[in-house]
Amino acid sequence: MSDPQEMEQHRAYVLRTIEERRVRLIRLWFTDVLGQLKSVAISPVELETAFNEGVQFDGSAIDGFSRIQEADVLAVPDAASFQLMAWGEGGDLSARMFCDLLNVDGTPFAGDPRQVLRRNLARANEAGFQFMASPEVEFFYLGSDDASRPPQPLDHASYFDLTTFDASSDIRRATISRLEATGIPVEYSFHEDAPSQHEIDLRYSDGLSMADNIMTLRLIVREVAFEHKVHATFMPKPIEGVQGSGMHTHLSLFRGDDNAFWDPDARYGLSETARRFIAGLLTHAPEITAVTNQLVNSYKRLIPGFEAPVHVSWARTNRSALVRVPVTKAQKGPTGTRVEYRSIDPACNPYLAFSVILAAGLAGIEGGYELEDEADANIFELSESERRSRGIRLLPSSLAEALDRMEQSELVRDALGDHIHEWFLRNKRSEWNDYKSAITQFELDRYLRAW
Amino acid sequence: MGPIVVSPDPPPDDVVRCLDMAGCRWVASTAPRVADEPWVGAVVSTEGGIDAAFDIGRSLRHDEQHAVPVLLVVRGSELALLADHPDAFDDFCVAPFHPVEFEARLRHLLVHTVSAPSGDELITSGPLVLNVETYQAQIDGRLLDLTYMEYALLKFLASSPGRVFTREALLSQVWGYEYYGGARTVDVHIRRLRAKLGEEHAALIQTVRSVGYRFGESRW
Repeated sequence: MSDPQEMEQHRAYVLRTIEERRVRLIRLWFTDVLGQLKSVAISPVELETAFNEGVQFDGSAIDGFSRIQEADVLAVPDAASFQLMAWGEGGDLSARMFCDLLNVDGTPFAGDPRQVLRRNLARANEAGFQFMASPEVEFFYLGSDDASRPPQPLDHASYFDLTTFDASSDIRRATISRLEATGIPVEYSFHEDAPSQHEIDLRYSDGLSMADNIMTLRLIVREVAFEHKVHATFMPKPIEGVQGSGMHTHLSLFRGDDNAFWDPDARYGLSETARRFIAGLLTHAPEITAVTNQLVNSYKRLIPGFEAPVHVSWARTNRSALVRVPVTKAQKGPTGTRVEYRSIDPACNPYLAFSVILAAGLAGIEGGYELEDEADANIFELSESERRSRGIRLLPSSLAEALDRMEQSELVRDALGDHIHEWFLRNKRSEWNDYKSAITQFELDRYLRAW
Repeated sequence: MGPIVVSPDPPPDDVVRCLDMAGCRWVASTAPRVADEPWVGAVVSTEGGIDAAFDIGRSLRHDEQHAVPVLLVVRGSELALLADHPDAFDDFCVAPFHPVEFEARLRHLLVHTVSAPSGDELITSGPLVLNVETYQAQIDGRLLDLTYMEYALLKFLASSPGRVFTREALLSQVWGYEYYGGARTVDVHIRRLRAKLGEEHAALIQTVRSVGYRFGESRW
């Protein structure tokens, strides 16, 4: 909201609504660099000041915010993101707003992922594009969050147990009605391949609202699960040997009213802009993977045999490709033409992930990248040497490898800014080192007796 | 806060006692309505006959000028009839009731009451009521939790029911010409509005293919 008059309208609406609806508590939300939702609650009387001056707090305890000289930051609520939350406990109505974080001098705070996405979206706007995203969020319901025991799926541990099976679809139904009441339209939802795995597909929206929506969705999914005494997890690969949880995200660019990816006269209806955008995604995929797949565990999903991408390739139908161009019905072409990025998982920070994905695509458009041929089905059965000889690249196979690629990437540094780029690498290197020094059950089972 | 209207007249003793204990002001249903002190809610007992109670409840809830939420006081033996009259009450209480329960239900009912509009700030279109003074919107008496843009879009559409607006017209009228987002922004907000209106009322906003959107049925 750059227009001050528009901002005033939004703020007036929020202040009036809070009074009319007797809202007792206003939650100011923001996101740390790792993608965890943070909240500061204020009372309605403090809101006007919060709008005008921001709420000052010490950011040094927040992941990715710490700086040496100046620890305080200002949270300024974004009135356009105001949403009542009617399901609060005790009948008291609460409301939430996402915040933009500023330095005490009023400049954007470099550690705020939401400002990073705003900056990247503004860059797309300067090039004449509006970025739209529509994610398919997968997750598991588990019997508990007790990490000391193997994860217990709800509808697998007790195969014939109709009650527990029904429980998970009841939970999903309750989740969807809460999402819709929060203004997050759900396109589809269903039980996924793996036991107790579910998927919720969100209807497309602009990049910033969608990142906000993903943050809200993760909270609502977990809240509703908790109310039903189960645990919901977005961990990318909680159970060995079954599908992991991804967050395939459909992307499109609109220029004014027109879908910039669509060209009725071009092959597959894909415009030159779309082809270059895809080429950008493919060229920069290895560099951005640390951000789209940020956990040690993320790379246990990106393995062959589970419809998760391993190669850097694009295709129209093959579901192992990194970028898929869904075949759209002829009459849907003008709005429906889009590309699906399939490596990203639901444990990412959506603001940062959308930022690097968009930056990669735009680099393809600005640099006039040429799109390679579509992967034919059998490349997925090639041996490693055949694949090499054809020049087919792989996604990073571990967090360590992904971080190496990210560290050298000007594109990622530029998209995230120095502050987050450096902090992220430092934090994730330390996560990798912790993992590397851990002795796993796999090693004990395999080596303890044998050696 | 304005008074609660109680029916029938004279009102049942137990209801009156509870209202007094709860510190609520009340008037019996035949009392004249004072213009600047509108009712904020209603308690309707089936003591004066269940069919009459349903009729009164319905007319109070759907009053064009000033609808109020209705708490219905029923006997246990009448519960089975409620299912056939879902539009006659917002909540109910089984007599004999505990005063604490009655008060809790009443408070819950009133929490959802918007401050009373005087009439000309209201835009009413079918089940939808918008109060342009307070920015609040209700569908079938249920308050909608809208964002400003959702509210502004709904208000614009509902002000001209039956008329078709192109996406471009909505963009320039609701968002303003300066807005950089394209016509897809309109689609995104329409879908959010439909989600909040709920399945039952989502069709109030109709998509007119290749043209745009319309609130309610066509005028033709």
